[in-house]
Amino acid sequence: MPRWIRWVILALVVAVLIGSVYFASLRRRVAELRQAQLRSEQARRAIEQPKIATPTDVMVKAKFFWASPHSSVALAPVEIELGLSADPVLRAKQILDTLIAGPVNSELRTLPPEATLLEFYLLKDGTAIADFSEALATAIPSGIDSEQMAVDSIARTLEANVPQVRRLKILIHGQETETLAGHLDLTGFFLVRNSAPPAESVPKSPAAPAKSEPPTPQRGAAPATALPPTKNPDPPLTKNPNAPAKLTPTPAPGKLDPPVRKP
Amino acid sequence: MNRRVYFLAVVFLFSAAALSATRFAAQSPQQPAQTPSPLLSPAQQILPPQTQSTQTPPPLPLPARPTLNVVVLDPAHGGTDTGARGSGGIRESEVLLNFSTQVRKALESTGIRVVETRQGNDNPSFDDRSAIANGQRGAVFITLHISSTGPPSTVRVYIFAPPYELGVATPAASPATNDRNGLLSWDRAQIPFLPLSQHLAELTQIQLTHRFRGSPGTHLAAAVRQLRNVAAPAIAIELSSVSVEDRATLFEMAPNLAEGVARAVTSFRSYYDAAPSIPSSSGGN
Repeated sequence: MPRWIRWVILALVVAVLIGSVYFASLRRRVAELRQAQLRSEQARRAIEQPKIATPTDVMVKAKFFWASPHSSVALAPVEIELGLSADPVLRAKQILDTLIAGPVNSELRTLPPEATLLEFYLLKDGTAIADFSEALATAIPSGIDSEQMAVDSIARTLEANVPQVRRLKILIHGQETETLAGHLDLTGFFLVRNSAPPAESVPKSPAAPAKSEPPTPQRGAAPATALPPTKNPDPPLTKNPNAPAKLTPTPAPGKLDPPVRKP
Repeated sequence: MNRRVYFLAVVFLFSAAALSATRFAAQSPQQPAQTPSPLLSPAQQILPPQTQSTQTPPPLPLPARPTLNVVVLDPAHGGTDTGARGSGGIRESEVLLNFSTQVRKALESTGIRVVETRQGNDNPSFDDRSAIANGQRGAVFITLHISSTGPPSTVRVYIFAPPYELGVATPAASPATNDRNGLLSWDRAQIPFLPLSQHLAELTQIQLTHRFRGSPGTHLAAAVRQLRNVAAPAIAIELSSVSVEDRATLFEMAPNLAEGVARAVTSFRSYYDAAPSIPSSSGGN
C-alpha cells in the first residue's frame, strides 16, 4: 500500500472521530437550549402570571387555544402542565390568567397582554361570567377576525379545562358592552359545548372553598364552533344543540286581573 | 198632570238604565294593552290584536314576491369611530368610503340600485344602518370592513353566526318568524335569512378568493354585531389590512373588490329570485 494512501486513511479516521465528538456535543447543546427555553418560559410565567394557588391544586396538562402558526384564521391547541384548582371558579381564573399571559411565540397571542381578568363567576346553570379589564377592548386589534379569535380562544380554553362551564358572558370592567372592539357582539352569551353537568355547588364568592369534585379536562370534546351569542339568558339551554334555534320565546298572553270595583 | 209625571218617570228610568250600562261597560275586563314591541313590519303592528275568540281574521292580501333589486352598502365606522388605525396613519373609516363608492359604481353598472348607509364622515348606529336595509324590499346588505391584522391583500367574507350550527338553519328547519303575529324579532332578524346569507357569502368568497390570492377558500361565521338585526341576506367583507405602510396598496384592492362583489351579487340575484320562500319582513312571498 502506498504511503500516501495510508495518510489519507488516517486523516479520514481522524476526521470521523472529530466529527463524531462534535456531533455529540452539538446534540447536547441543542438539548440544553431546549431545556433553557422551557426554563425561561416557566420563569416568565412565574413572573408575569399572578399565581393563584389553592390547597387542591393538582398538576395537570391544561389545553390552551392560541392562534395557529399555520393559519391566520384558526386556533391551535397547546398543552401546558399547570397546577389547577379543583374549584371551578379558581380553576377558570388560573386558566384565563395563563391564556392572557400568552404563548411562547407572542405572535400567536389572541388576547392583549395588557388585559387582566378582574373577576369570574359561575352560576348554577353553568353560565360563566368573565369580567375583563378595559384593555381587552382597547388593546385588541380591531377587526372581525381578531375579535372572534379572542372570544373563541377564551371559550374553547374554558371548554377544554373547566367542564362545568356551559355558556359564557363577557363583561368589560363590570359592564355589558355592545361589541368587543367595534365588531363582535358581546350582548349575548357564547355557547360552550361542554358535555359535563353544570356546577353542582356554586361558591358564594369566587374565593370560597371548593365543594365539587376535581374536574378533569375535557378530551376530545366537540369544538365550540362559531361561538355565537345567544340572546336570552333566561330559558335553559336546549338539550340537543343541533335543534333549530327557537327565536325569542313568546309567553302566553297574560290574563288581566279584573279592575277593582270602586264603592 | 198625570202625563207629566208619567213622562218624567220614563225619562228617569231611561237615564238610570243608561248610567248603569255605562258603569258596567267601564268595569268589564279589557283587552290587554298592546305595547309597542321591537318588531319588524310596522304595517303588521297596526293589525287588530288577536282575540281569544275562534273567529279567524280576514286574510290579508299577500304582498308581491320581492325580487332582488337593491344592495345596501355599509361602509363601517365613521365619525368619531375611526375603526382600525394603521401605523402609517391609515384610518379604516376613511378608506372604506372610497371602497364603497367603487363597489356602488360596479353594482349600478349591472342595473342594481345601491343605497349607502353613509356617504360622509358620520357614524350611524348599528340599528340605524340595519333600519335602512330593513326598510327596503328585495335587498341584500353588505357591510365593508378593513382589519388591523391578517395577511395583506386578502379578503374574508362572514355571515352572522347563528345560535347553533349553520347546517341547521335551512329554510325548512328555521322558523322565519317567531311571533304569533308572524313578526320577526328585531334582535334576531338575521336568523331566518341565514340560508340566503350563506349562499351570498359563498358566491362572494369564491369571487374574491379568485382575485385576492391567499384569501380563505370558504366564508366564515362570526357574531358580527352589525349583521344581527338585518332582515335581509347579509354578509360582512373584511379586507386586510390597515397595517400596510402605503395606502395605495389598499386602494389597489378596490377595483377587484368592486368587480368581485358585483359578479357575486349578479349570480346571487338569480338564486334569490328563484328561491322558494323569502322571509316575510323582506317583503314576503
